[in-house]
Amino acid sequence: MKNTGTLKVETRGDREIVMTRVFDAPRELVFRALTTPELLKRWFGPHGWTLTECEVDLRVGGAWRFVSKGPGGRTMGMRGVYREIVPTERIVYTESFDDWAEQGSALITTTLVERDGRTTLTCVSLAPSREIRDAVIQSGMEHGAAETYDRLADMLAGKAAS
Amino acid sequence: MNRSDRLDATFTALADPTRRAILARLALGEASVNDLARPFEMSQPAISKHLKVLERAGLISIGQDAQRRPRRIEAKALEEASSWLEGYRKFWEASYERLDALLDELKPRPKPRRRTKR
Repeated sequence: MKNTGTLKVETRGDREIVMTRVFDAPRELVFRALTTPELLKRWFGPHGWTLTECEVDLRVGGAWRFVSKGPGGRTMGMRGVYREIVPTERIVYTESFDDWAEQGSALITTTLVERDGRTTLTCVSLAPSREIRDAVIQSGMEHGAAETYDRLADMLAGKAAS
Repeated sequence: MNRSDRLDATFTALADPTRRAILARLALGEASVNDLARPFEMSQPAISKHLKVLERAGLISIGQDAQRRPRRIEAKALEEASSWLEGYRKFWEASYERLDALLDELKPRPKPRRRTKR
């Protein structure tokens, strides 16, 4: 498999997180992998977590529900409702974590653009407030903290060189 | 500034390509405003404006030399910003790496490849 490029994560404005990632596959396949429970169960979740429950009612107004099991028997539940579906192109849905359900839902817009057989996935997550966005990133940071990270200086040096 | 405000200032500062390039230069060592202005087609006042944004975010500081007033990078602020988004990225990257493998498997393979040439 070729290097499909790294995941880019940026914040935009006060409430958004923008993730971009290129996949070496046509977008029909990527779309299927994003919306089919049997396939989602095979890839969704950070290191050490598996998606054990996955329900997808892929229509506008339809609900989705994910439950993941992690280290030490911890569970993480998420749910939401599909707002817009353009097959193979675009999915818009709400997302809330069971643990923070009272804080409101984020609105996620996932866009797939295919070029030369490769698909660029862009996922924009609009949080209900800046505090929630920052808390979400913070929790991601705690999950990812076990791995060492490169200094931003290195990243910036790489960016400037490219 | 509290942590959230500080991060906000940091990310605003990092949102601009010129400011990222300035930081990349400063990661190699301190530099005067003139040194920093040279590679960019920008006036000194324009560069100074960018430097002020970086300074306010705590990403750079002004060195001891009173005449040259060299700018230097603040490693602590960089680490904070880096770990904040980098951890989140790692969180998702693990998923997407598995998705890469799955997509590879789902792809139709018209011609099975041979390992060895004859």
